[in-house]
Amino acid sequence: MKIKTREDLDALKRQGLESLYPDNPKITVGMATCGIATGARKVFDALSEEVEKKKLDVVVARTGCIGFCQKEPLVDILSPGRERIYYKEMSPEKAVQLLDQSMGAKPKEDWALFRMEGEENLITNEAISYVENHARAGDNAIPLYKEFPFFKKQVKVALRNCGFIDSERIEEYIAKGGYYTLLKVLTEMEPEEVIEEVKRSGLRGRGGGGFPTGVKWASCRHAKGEPKYVICNADEGDPGAYMDRSILEGDPHSIIEGMIIGAFAIGSHEGFIYVRNEYPLAIEKLKIALTQAEEYCLLGEDILGTGFRFNITINRGGGAFVCGESTALMASLEGKVGEPRAKYIHTVERGLWDRPSNLNNVETWANVPAIAARGADWFSSIGTENSKGAKVFSLVGNINNTGLVEIPMGISLREIINDIGGGIPGDKMFKAVQTGGPSGGCIPEQLIDLPVDFDQLTEAGSMMGSGGMIVMDENTCMVDVAKYFVDFLQEESCGKCVPCREGIKRMHEILEDISTGKGREGDIELLEEIGFILKEGALCALGSTAANPVLSTIKYFRQEYDAHIRGKRCPAGVCSELITYSIDPEQCTGCGRCVKACPAEAIVGEKKQPHSLDPEKCIKCGSCFEVCKFDAVIRQ
Amino acid sequence: MEIDTSKVDEVIDSFGGDLSRLIGILQDIQANFNYLPREALVRVSERLEIPISQVFSVTTFFKAFSLTPRGRHQINVCLGTACHVRGGTRILEKLERDLKVEAGRTTEDLRFSLESVRCLGCCSLGPVAVIDDDTYGRLNQEKVSKLLDQYE
Repeated sequence: MKIKTREDLDALKRQGLESLYPDNPKITVGMATCGIATGARKVFDALSEEVEKKKLDVVVARTGCIGFCQKEPLVDILSPGRERIYYKEMSPEKAVQLLDQSMGAKPKEDWALFRMEGEENLITNEAISYVENHARAGDNAIPLYKEFPFFKKQVKVALRNCGFIDSERIEEYIAKGGYYTLLKVLTEMEPEEVIEEVKRSGLRGRGGGGFPTGVKWASCRHAKGEPKYVICNADEGDPGAYMDRSILEGDPHSIIEGMIIGAFAIGSHEGFIYVRNEYPLAIEKLKIALTQAEEYCLLGEDILGTGFRFNITINRGGGAFVCGESTALMASLEGKVGEPRAKYIHTVERGLWDRPSNLNNVETWANVPAIAARGADWFSSIGTENSKGAKVFSLVGNINNTGLVEIPMGISLREIINDIGGGIPGDKMFKAVQTGGPSGGCIPEQLIDLPVDFDQLTEAGSMMGSGGMIVMDENTCMVDVAKYFVDFLQEESCGKCVPCREGIKRMHEILEDISTGKGREGDIELLEEIGFILKEGALCALGSTAANPVLSTIKYFRQEYDAHIRGKRCPAGVCSELITYSIDPEQCTGCGRCVKACPAEAIVGEKKQPHSLDPEKCIKCGSCFEVCKFDAVIRQ
Repeated sequence: MEIDTSKVDEVIDSFGGDLSRLIGILQDIQANFNYLPREALVRVSERLEIPISQVFSVTTFFKAFSLTPRGRHQINVCLGTACHVRGGTRILEKLERDLKVEAGRTTEDLRFSLESVRCLGCCSLGPVAVIDDDTYGRLNQEKVSKLLDQYE
């Protein structure tokens, strides 16, 4: 079918509404990579089988990730006229029992996570209520989505459809207002108007740099040279950040629609999506979405019958972090080694094959249809003075509620970690939060009231980056964290420029010395000096920001460096050369678990008698510490 | 080693012989042969009309490619930041001890190739490892050893 008019879109929208909110009960399984990793596929198969076997009048559906990865696999039930109830940590057996509820039984409150009375459509600014006449699904022991701490403060713009639609069904995307905005843009707006709107919205690049998107588009539109290219950077490489994967898997059409709007504004007819090969499911979903968009005339020679033409090709990355850098990515697209170049000529003027090229990342593109639909004033009403809108963070590490959260810019770290994240597990103390990936830094406890936006994070010695937020508790060693990032970067440095190739390697050697008890006076100053040279001399952002994790940990945790260098000890008990394991005879019950777990045969003892550990044989792997149920293994 | 170059041609044709898809072409060839045989690289260079040195530089630059045969099963242990702070390194070390190979190598019986990767995007489930297409989350040293038996 070819969509040429608003009526064609309306017809698909009706189909989409039927599949989103069917007349019979619907049970939906969250099946993004995170869900599948915890067994969502088995849950889905068990439900499908049961429904088939018992010939139940129930639809079994799938969706992406709603963001609350901590409690995966998630399953929700939507019965006509009743509240939607989300269930946590589902197994195939438990999920099958839920089918009773879809057939009218009382919800299983113990298994429930939260309930929804309806949902809001961000694009159309309309609300849908599931509930008729306030018929409650049960009593109110199950918390409401809107009041649930994890979701309460979120504003979902880029994640608007993730976890609410089946990304393989284009009609569901259309039912949520998708592609109507594209029709409006192509039929009612001039390219310059679109650019002006994006400029006025204050949208800044979500991939790390934070460059104003509208300004970039304008430069590319006015650059000389044809053809022009539009590129989506889906090479999400920052360890600890996975929002782009979630959007690619859960709502790929939002990226495609954003890119078509961008291409129209810039005057481009050819687009590329450069996606990480480590994300097989994302690639699969993206391919399906592109094929559908082509079939329905949303991509190709005559988009929506307006005569505008635009095509998108998917390119898979090869597993190189530096290819997230725009010039390296473009070199890789040209079939060359992914090395960056100096950017005295910007890529908007001469990028891919020396032609004007506009590159934005996944989250930025996903924001575009929302801005075009709701307007610049709406978007800029969210956020702070220089950081508009909401930003997706992946809240991970030592935190109770891990997952993806989209929050208005300007909210404080304290609110994110304590209110949304639910604090630190196991009564441990919060120590620091790492933002911005390997280019970012560690923000300590004393700055926990810092409002999170582009400028504040940079001022604190870190950066927004792509939005990874790794929470660290008292058992994290900051020297080890710095070493971790420098190790990562020395592996990923392409080796083209000397400061990066040599400087990062030397920093790693110094940190290695410090963490193994061979640190010397003056090491800290040397690290600072190398950091300065990297910042001034490296060719691309990988090198120029490489010292941030080191410099920020020195700035806020200098005493911890001193403890390693002067005291030859690791206060957090992480650096293996500086710690020892022993067994507390008071606590040891002689259960023998550690004996079995020890790969070095360092633990001996009679059954039911306190064991002992031979420090000469111990390889400090920590196996005994992990398996002991009586806290009898001491790490010092 | 003799290889069936018609398979290489098939892959190149499926990408329309487009140079900008070089990484994809190499990935699909690797999927066919489980690694990138020399003859295949020569064929790619002839068909795309680029020097063999360019093909070789791309294959050695990107981590996804292997110029030596890989094991029947690929183990990728995530060492992203979230997995790192939750003990991912200890998972990798445990596998190194169990399989008696270092990360980046293949066991002698070609059963497993062991690699570390930086972030698989399952940060909430760390530490994470992927064996072939199966993702395993919330691992510890004990759990990870038990996983291996089901892969022959």
